[in-house]
Amino acid sequence: MGLSRAHAANDTVLSTKGLTKVFGGLKAVDSLDLEVHRGEILSLIGPNGAGKTTVFNVVTGIYTPEAGEVIFDGRPITGMKPHRIVSLGIARTFQNIRLFPDMTCLENVMAGQHVRSRAGFLSSLFRTPGMRREEAQIERTAMERLSQVGLERFAHDLAKNIAYGSQRMLEIARALATEPRLLVLDEPSSGLNPKETRDLMSFLEGLIQNDDLTILLIEHDMNVVMGISDWVVVMDDGVKIAEGRPEDIYHDPLVIEAYLGRESEEG
Amino acid sequence: MRDLQNLSGGGLRSARLLAPLAFACLVTAYPFAVSDYLIDIGFFFGIYALLGLSLNIVLGEVGLFDLGHAGFYAIGAYVTAVLNTRYQVPVLVLMPVSCLAAALFAYLVCSPIIHLKGDYLCIVTIGMGEIVRLALINNPFDLTGGPNGVFGIDFPRVGNLLVVDSSIEYYFLVWITVGVSIAGLVSLQHSRIGRAWNCIREDAVAAQATGINVRAYKLLAFVLGAALAGAAGNIYASKLMCVSPESFTFWESCLMFCIVLIGGMGSIPGVIVGAAFISLFPEIFRPFAMYRMLVFGSIMIVMMMVRPGGFWPRKRGAVTLRPLMEDTADGAV
Amino acid sequence: MHLVLEQIINGLTIGSFYALIALGYSMVYGVLKLINFAHGDFFAMGSYIGYTVLVFLVAGATVSMGPWAGMGLAVLTAGVSLMAVGIAVERAAYRPVYRAGRLPAVVSALGASIFLQNVIMLVWGPRYQAYPADLIPAARIHFGDLTVTMLQLVILALSFALMSALYYVIQKTTFGAAVRATAHDRNTAALMGINFNRVIVFIFTLGPALGAVAGVMVGMYYRQISFTMGWNYGLKAFTATILGGIGNLPGAMFGGLILGVLEMLGAAYISAAWKDVFVFLILILVLIVRPTGLFGERTAEKV
Repeated sequence: MGLSRAHAANDTVLSTKGLTKVFGGLKAVDSLDLEVHRGEILSLIGPNGAGKTTVFNVVTGIYTPEAGEVIFDGRPITGMKPHRIVSLGIARTFQNIRLFPDMTCLENVMAGQHVRSRAGFLSSLFRTPGMRREEAQIERTAMERLSQVGLERFAHDLAKNIAYGSQRMLEIARALATEPRLLVLDEPSSGLNPKETRDLMSFLEGLIQNDDLTILLIEHDMNVVMGISDWVVVMDDGVKIAEGRPEDIYHDPLVIEAYLGRESEEG
Repeated sequence: MRDLQNLSGGGLRSARLLAPLAFACLVTAYPFAVSDYLIDIGFFFGIYALLGLSLNIVLGEVGLFDLGHAGFYAIGAYVTAVLNTRYQVPVLVLMPVSCLAAALFAYLVCSPIIHLKGDYLCIVTIGMGEIVRLALINNPFDLTGGPNGVFGIDFPRVGNLLVVDSSIEYYFLVWITVGVSIAGLVSLQHSRIGRAWNCIREDAVAAQATGINVRAYKLLAFVLGAALAGAAGNIYASKLMCVSPESFTFWESCLMFCIVLIGGMGSIPGVIVGAAFISLFPEIFRPFAMYRMLVFGSIMIVMMMVRPGGFWPRKRGAVTLRPLMEDTADGAV
Repeated sequence: MHLVLEQIINGLTIGSFYALIALGYSMVYGVLKLINFAHGDFFAMGSYIGYTVLVFLVAGATVSMGPWAGMGLAVLTAGVSLMAVGIAVERAAYRPVYRAGRLPAVVSALGASIFLQNVIMLVWGPRYQAYPADLIPAARIHFGDLTVTMLQLVILALSFALMSALYYVIQKTTFGAAVRATAHDRNTAALMGINFNRVIVFIFTLGPALGAVAGVMVGMYYRQISFTMGWNYGLKAFTATILGGIGNLPGAMFGGLILGVLEMLGAAYISAAWKDVFVFLILILVLIVRPTGLFGERTAEKV
C-alpha cells in the first residue's frame, strides 16, 4: 500500500510556502511549508486549535493569507476565489458537514457538477437541446458518484433526512462530482461508528488507487491516520513540528510530547 | 421537468400538471363570467403575482432579504411613464426598456453591496427603495412630477390595430406576462442556474466550496428579479395611466415579502397563493371596512403559526417514491 | 457658527428619539435575531396614549399641575401601558413562531405591525391629532446667539438618563449579564440556568416602554401625530440600529444620535427635501466600508 505511493516522488501537486494567517493578532498558521505529492494520502494532524482547518480554508480560498503562497499544479492560487480554485481541481468537505439540507441527495451531488458544465442563462431559459443533453449528463454523473459512495437509493431524499454517516459520504460524493485532482477532507471520520470508519478507510484506499487523485486530510482518529496515510504532517500552534511516514511519526518523541502526550493527559 | 421526464408513470405526470392546468383554465374563463370591477381585481392579483414571482427569485430562490423591491417596480413604472408621456414611445416597446432599466439599476446598485450578509443587506435594500421613492418625490430634473407623479400614459397598442384599453384586455396582458414568466422560471428552477441559486440559499459557504460563483449568481438573481418587477411597473403604469411615488412605498415592498413567505420560499404555486391572499383578501373583506386590516394582520400571524414553511412549499425529489419521508420532512420544518 | 450648533442640538434631539427606539430593535434583535417590525408601532401607540393623558388632563382642568407634571404623567402612563402591550404582542405573535425559524417570525412581526397600526386607527381615528398646546412647556433659554427650548433640554436629559440606566442594567447587573449571555449564545445560556423566557419578557417590557417614552416626546416636540408615524420613525431607528452595529446597545444609541445629527445637518446644508436620501446614502456607504456597522464586531465567519 503506502510504499507504492511514496511521498519521495518529486511530483508535487500542492505546496505552500511560508503560509501565514493571522486572526486578531494571533497567528493561526505561522509560515507553514507543506508539500503534497501526486497520488498520496497526506494526513495533517495536531491538537485542537493547531491551525489545521485554517490551512484548509486558506488552500481552498475561503480565507486570504497574510503572507506566503499556495501553489497548485505549478500555479499560484493564493487569494483566488473559492469557486475558481474548485474549477482548477481542488474539492473539499467540512468538519461540521455542510450540505444543502433542503435539496435532495441527487441535487446535492449535481451541484458539484456545476463547475464542469456551462449552460448559460438563455439556454437554460429556453431549455435548448444542448442544455437538456448537458442536464442529463450531469444527472448521470451525479448518480454514478452517489452509487460510488453507496447512496443511490437515497437519491430523491432530502439531504437533511439521511443518517449522519450517509451525510458524510454524500458530502464526499459532492466533492468528487467537481472532478477534483486534490480532495481535501476535514475530519471525514468524525462522528462515524467503527464500521463506518472502516468502510471510509477502504473507500479512500480504493479511490486513490483508481483515479488520478491526491488526498489531503485532517484526522483525529489515529487508526485512520496510521492505516491509510503515506505521509503525516504534525502541526501545533500554527507551526509544523514534524513530518514523516506514519510509523516514524508514531514514535517521534517530539510529536508524542506535543500532541499524543498532551492528548493522553487529557483523556 | 426533470422529474417528469424521469419518472415513467403517466399518472404522476398528469397529477403534477393537473393543478396548473386547472388554474390556467380558471384564469382564462374568469373574465368572461364577471363584471369589469371583478376583472380589475383579477388584474391586480396578476400584478401582485408578477411582483411576487420577481421577488421570489431574490428572496425565495437565493434567500436574500430584499425589502426594497418596490424600488425596481418604481423604476419600471416611471421609465414607462416618462418616456411615453414625453417622447411618445409606445408602451409595448417600453416594456423591454423598463425591464432593462430596472435590471441595469439593480446591477449598478447591488454590485457594491452584494457581499453584505442577511439583515445588513436587508437594510441596504430598504434604503435603496426609500432613496428611489424620495428621489421621485423630489422631482429631479423636473422629470418625475414630484409627489403628484406623471399623468396621461397611453394604452399599450400596436398602431391602431390592437389597442389594450379595456379591463379584460389589461387582464390578459398581465396574466399572459405572468404565464410566460412562470414558464421561464420553471425552466430556470430545473437548470444548473436554479440549482446554484438554491445552493446559495441553503449554505453560501458550501456553495462556494462546491464551485459556485456566489457573487455572480446573487447578482443575476437581483438583475432578473428587478427586470420582472420592471415589467410589472410598465403594465401597472399604463393601466392606471398615471404613476405617483405613493404606489412604491416601503409598505409595498413588505407586501411582496409577505407574498413569498406566505406562499412558501422558492415555490411558484406558493407565490400565486400568496399573491391571491394579499390582493384578494382586502377586496373580499371590504364589507368589514375598518376591521379588515386588523383581521389581515392577525391572519398573517396565525398563518405563520400553522404553516411556517408557507402555504404551498416547493416539493423536492420524487414525492411518489418515498411519500412518508416527504411528509415527515414537511412536518419537521 | 451658532447655526451649526443649533442644528447639532436639534439633531441630537431627534437623534435621541431614534436612539430610544433603536434600543428596542437592538435588544430584540440581539436575543432573538428578529427584526421586530411592530416596534415602530409600539412607539406610535405610546405617543397616542401620551396624547390621551394630556387631553384628559386639560379636560379635567388640572392644568394647574403645570406642563412638566403633565409631561411626566404622560411619559409614565405611556411607558407602563406599552410594557403590557409589548408582553401581550410577544405572547400572541412571536412566541408561537420562534421555533419555526427566522423568516416566519418576520411575517408575524409585519402582521403584528399591521394589527397595531389598525388598532391605533380604530381607537384614535385616521386623522392627525395634535398635542394640546397649552400643556407643552414653552420656556426658551439663550446662550448668546444660541436659542434652545427648555423642552429640548428636558428631552435630551431624559433620554440620556434612560439610556444610561439601561446601559447600567445591561452591563453591570447580574440580570443584564443574563441578557448578554442569551444574546451571545442562547443554548449555552440556557444550560447555565438562565431563564430564556424571563429574558424575553425583560426585553419586551423595556424596549416598548422606551419606544413609548420617545413617542410622547415626539408628540410634545412636533405636536402632531398620526397613526402611521410608527413606520417612518421605526425605519429611521432601524437604520440607526444597523448603522451602530445590530445587537450592540451602545452602538444603537450612538447610531441614533449620529443619524439625527446627520439628518439635521443634511437638511440645513444640503437640502431639506433630500435629507433622508442623504441619510440612507451615508448608511449604505458605511456598510460598504464596514459591513457590520460602525461599532459592530468584525468577525471572520467560522467555517
